[in-house]
Amino acid sequence: MQTLCAILVGVMVAASVYLILDRNLIRFIFGLVLVGNAINLLIFAVGGLDSQRPPIIPNNTAAVQEPFANALPQALILTAIVIGFALLSFIFVLFYRAYQDLGTVDTEFMRAAESDTNPQLPVSRPKSEGPA
Amino acid sequence: MSGLLILPILLPLAGGAAVILVKADARRSFYLALTSAGLHTMAAGLLFWHIHLNGILATQIGNWPAPFGITLVADRLSAVMVMITAIISLAVTSYSKADIDASLVRRGYYCLLQILVCGICGAFLTGDIFNLYVWFEVMLMASFGLLIIGQSKTQLDGGVKYVVINLLATLLFLTAIGLLYGLTGTLNMADLHLKVPLIANRGLLTAIAMLFLAAFGIKGALFPLFFWLPAAYHTPPVSVSAIFSGLLTKVGIYALIRVFTLVFSVEMAYFYTLLPVMAALTMITGVLGAAAQNEFRRILSFHIISQVGYMLMGLALQTRLALAGTIFYLVHHIIVKANLFLVSGVVKRLQGSFELAQLGGIYRSNGWIAFLFFIPAFSLAGFPPLSGFWAKMILIRASLDIHAYWLAFVAAVVGLLTVYSMTKIWAEVFWKPAPVINHAAEPMTARNISAWMLAPIAALTMLTIIIGLGAEVVFRFAFQAAEELSHPEYYVHAVLGKR
Repeated sequence: MQTLCAILVGVMVAASVYLILDRNLIRFIFGLVLVGNAINLLIFAVGGLDSQRPPIIPNNTAAVQEPFANALPQALILTAIVIGFALLSFIFVLFYRAYQDLGTVDTEFMRAAESDTNPQLPVSRPKSEGPA
Repeated sequence: MSGLLILPILLPLAGGAAVILVKADARRSFYLALTSAGLHTMAAGLLFWHIHLNGILATQIGNWPAPFGITLVADRLSAVMVMITAIISLAVTSYSKADIDASLVRRGYYCLLQILVCGICGAFLTGDIFNLYVWFEVMLMASFGLLIIGQSKTQLDGGVKYVVINLLATLLFLTAIGLLYGLTGTLNMADLHLKVPLIANRGLLTAIAMLFLAAFGIKGALFPLFFWLPAAYHTPPVSVSAIFSGLLTKVGIYALIRVFTLVFSVEMAYFYTLLPVMAALTMITGVLGAAAQNEFRRILSFHIISQVGYMLMGLALQTRLALAGTIFYLVHHIIVKANLFLVSGVVKRLQGSFELAQLGGIYRSNGWIAFLFFIPAFSLAGFPPLSGFWAKMILIRASLDIHAYWLAFVAAVVGLLTVYSMTKIWAEVFWKPAPVINHAAEPMTARNISAWMLAPIAALTMLTIIIGLGAEVVFRFAFQAAEELSHPEYYVHAVLGKR
């Protein structure tokens, strides 16, 4: 089970690296979702994937016997999932706004902030009071 | 006593929440945020003073005993970082009064600012590595909001790059934490200090250390990982640039120092051959990048990178004196760099541009603003007797002490090139006659510059001069802080009690 999970994480990370390296932001988002889940799986596996060894202290003993399946990583993952979800929803909105304003999702053509020829566009002025 | 540790996190959090309630009223938002920042500065000052007198302070949140619950710890390094954060927060809040439009305030500008400060202070004070990740996320979310507030085209473009690379950094950080937990079974940094040396699997440990280095390297804008910074930092309003430039990369550096003096304090030869090279390349690329720029804020942005190289240099050299140099450098740099960005905003007010070609003659029209630029700029470049000179001198001295002559040479040359960039700004913006085009754009006169903007600049400039003149006191403090870092036993003892 542990080995299977390790292979799965490896494949997922490889696929997500491929997607993240793409110039298209949409693919990048898919890569990000994938790598986030791969890392959650990794932390999950770190706790020990074993249905036979619950972290329960047997009668007449003071401590739980090693090795046992550690439940704490699941709490870590829970935190990571919640944070990841918030970041993901933000990044969706950000990319959509960037697409609306810059007219492209290809990072090659997203040069508004780093153009050397055009004068800087005015900053710190809100565009309009429309919905953000 | 535990209140001292919680207040610097709680006050900005409460301030941020309170500001939301009066979001619609820009004036009240400002005064509420200013009050919160003022209280925060006082709380941070108290904490700083307490730590200075009594040494490391630790508290267990929810009364869970040490390795199990979340610990808040402040040693001298944390305390001074929290103190500086509070000062910069107060300065930037005051500056925002004139810099930030009411429409941006209504979108929650002050709330985001307060939450950002809350996240930064949390990161400085936590003693738990997963909690550090959470504070990083708090800080990141707020910084995302601040970076694209107003949503101009350049901001969105810079924002995409900033968000993307920082998200990847946090994912690397999370992976490293997960693996480290798998190896050691603990997340408490003091406990990690005891458990990591017992790990037999050195290969995996090195891999984890590298993941931490990559994650914090992205945050701190170190050599091969810095490209997001000059793409993003010049796009938001000046107040936001200033607080970002002062604090965000330094949180990355702080995390590097903490993790590599406390958690990975064991022999890591490979790592310590890599670090000096990274430090040197960071310094050089940053300063050369700055030399090629012709926009006020982009020059300053590239200089952040080269300065971060100096801080890394102190960590790379590993001696106590070098660490003291890094801490001195952190304090000096945060104040000076934020101040320079604030000055760039005043220049923009006066002449309507950040492009060097379109600026000029400020020395003639507003000599005192030129003076306010001159002090931090030449402190950054390392002119005696300003703060930057002492910071650089300690670091170069530390590298000479252990015969790392090439690193000392690089540091000195980079200092010289910094002078070049600063004189370039000086000559273009303040010295040369004002170009004719400006007069058509109806430049603002000095009277239009609000005292809310000038007061923080003057205060930070004064602070630079004070640090420069009172260098001995600051150095003694930095040396004590470095002493604590090189003896993690104190930290462990404060957190875990006697072992």
